[in-house]
Amino acid sequence: MKYLEEFRDAKGVQGLLAEIRRLVTRPWNLMEVCGGQTHSIIRNGIDQLLPQEIRLIHGPGCPVCVTPLVAIDKALAIASLPNVTFCSFGDMLRVPGSDKDLFRVKSEGGDIRIVYSPLDALKIAQENPERQVVFFAIGFETTAPANAMAVDLAKKRGIKNFSVLVSHVLVPPAIAAIMSSPVNRVQAFLAAGHVCSVMGFWEYPPLAERFHVPIVITGFEPLDVLAGILAAVRQLENGEARVENAYSRVVNFEGNLPAQALLKQVFTIEDRAWRGIGNIPQSGWKLSPAYREYDAETRFSVGEIHTVESPLCHSGEVLQGVIQPTECPAFGRQCTPRTPLGATMVSSEGACAAYYNYGRFAPVSITTAEEPACAT
Amino acid sequence: MSTVEIDLENWSCPLPLRDYPRVVLGHGGGGQLSAELIENIFLPAFRNAELLTLADSTVLNVPPGRLAFSTDSYVVNPLFFPGGSIGELAVHGTVNDLAMSGARPLYLSAAFILEEGLEIKLLAAIVERMARAAREANVHIVTGDTKVVEKGKADGCFITTAGIGILPEGPFPAPFRAQPGDIVLVSGTLGDHGMTIMSVREGLDFQTTLETDSAPLYDLVAAMMRVSTEIHVLRDPTRGGAASSLNEIAAASKVGIQLEETAVPVRPQVSAACELLGMDPIYVANEGKLIAIVAPQDAAAVLAVMKAHPLGKNSAKIGQITSQHPGMVVAKTSIGATRILPMQIGEQLPRIC
Repeated sequence: MKYLEEFRDAKGVQGLLAEIRRLVTRPWNLMEVCGGQTHSIIRNGIDQLLPQEIRLIHGPGCPVCVTPLVAIDKALAIASLPNVTFCSFGDMLRVPGSDKDLFRVKSEGGDIRIVYSPLDALKIAQENPERQVVFFAIGFETTAPANAMAVDLAKKRGIKNFSVLVSHVLVPPAIAAIMSSPVNRVQAFLAAGHVCSVMGFWEYPPLAERFHVPIVITGFEPLDVLAGILAAVRQLENGEARVENAYSRVVNFEGNLPAQALLKQVFTIEDRAWRGIGNIPQSGWKLSPAYREYDAETRFSVGEIHTVESPLCHSGEVLQGVIQPTECPAFGRQCTPRTPLGATMVSSEGACAAYYNYGRFAPVSITTAEEPACAT
Repeated sequence: MSTVEIDLENWSCPLPLRDYPRVVLGHGGGGQLSAELIENIFLPAFRNAELLTLADSTVLNVPPGRLAFSTDSYVVNPLFFPGGSIGELAVHGTVNDLAMSGARPLYLSAAFILEEGLEIKLLAAIVERMARAAREANVHIVTGDTKVVEKGKADGCFITTAGIGILPEGPFPAPFRAQPGDIVLVSGTLGDHGMTIMSVREGLDFQTTLETDSAPLYDLVAAMMRVSTEIHVLRDPTRGGAASSLNEIAAASKVGIQLEETAVPVRPQVSAACELLGMDPIYVANEGKLIAIVAPQDAAAVLAVMKAHPLGKNSAKIGQITSQHPGMVVAKTSIGATRILPMQIGEQLPRIC
């Protein structure tokens, strides 16, 4: 733990904040891409300590938030099948589909298990050969290698009752999509350190150059986040736009080459819909033809899925940094952590949930239709 | 039609096998098997004068004063875990609920829902642990019940205990009595029980020595009450952890609570396990800790008494009650900013990223 504590040092934080204050001369919009960074920012209150010129925009890097509704609905349909054991990371269970979530399916008799690794799901499959075991393989380049390994192991071991429902998304195409948007407000990116620990950052120089945008590889502890912000602000103030690695204790340029090789073997790149954002070309992974037999979508016929997204929810614009959560008309009214319309209101570090909780404390203008949860 | 020769000399009536190694449905049927379960398992363990009457209800001698009354059900999986079992939890949980009103626990009831197939020796071990916990907590288990459900309808063993305790004269601690200026104390490290259960239930091998903190707290409470009549609130932060208890207090008392996050004691191994799973120790369950909200003039004396007690040696002042942001719990973070600790909607779930 000492290794972590060193990156939470209050004196170090003050030093970096002073340097950021010294450098900043005008407003800048920075996007932290990863949900883990958003969590750290909210958890530690980093955003409150920054000079008001620095505006942090919570990006689309929360895998729970961007998994499209159709994938959730497919998960709900497969998890409802009588012979299926459906395995998922914990925080997917509360994400609302069109009319229910996985917790509801579980209460209706679905065999749904929280696992910490796809390898746990594979083990369940081996131990229960009479059941079909499905793992909900979501997330970015960070979670994909373990999922690829589980599928590859299933194939090597000849395990026939295991499959994955794949909804993987990739960061670099999302950065390109955000920068290409006519309403884009992002001026620099704090790139996701964990993603880069797998993929390296060789994909980023062309993006920095094409969009003339600083991209700083950033970690997750308070000092990491502030060091990333400082590097981004320095570049912005100097008119620079290059890739910078502020997380070199974990990330190198090439990344984890064996993991990348496995990803290339198990997955192929395809266009992918992101919840709230829409289709982003070449931004997702699906199983490659050699592993298609492990694809839950082809193994289970769940019929035609018609998704119904709440017309009131503006989470896509929030995820792209186009609007603040508080600018959504449903925020704090129809949409609260207890009654979330979109995934950004589900987890405590989702951008909307974070603003909701903090907003009840800070003087932002919110009119709630219901009593705050803590007063009931 | 052929005749069958019956060897009457060696004939014996096929009496039912009584010594079942596992619980069968008949153990809950109220007949002889039930009686044997009571006689062989429960009575020897819980033996006390009130229970031995075996009447439909137990008649209790209660000292004069006000009674506190509480009940809780215990459904933990697995039934045994590092440092404890469902047996100790079923006693500690209810005696602690009584102690949080300042009441001295006197009597408990214990109702068992057993799953067909549960090993009898496992049940005996659970009951033995309950009996030992009751002796340590100085309470008598004076009445009980046993039901058996079919295999697959329960998780081995569920236990419900109810308890009564006696309160001294004067005001007693209650969640609505926190006042601005009061000091928030905690009796030790947070999250030990919840992370222990998670490590064994989910098969997570943290390569460390996590252990439940399950313990009866009345003795500690009594020591605290001897040095202060101004202990306004006592809570044992079980499910939902300290954050949930504090939110309940903030809402009930219509006050704000300001925590110093760096002052909250957490074992390094609990902190590391939480880090790994994306959980927050302040939301993780405890079974042998209490939160005390004490008038400022008495806080130092109460804290000193807590630290001197074996169950409170890691006690700490973690915050104070404020008139600002009523109904909310706000923590000052390690880097000097603030964060809200909201009431959770459901269970804390491990995060992906």
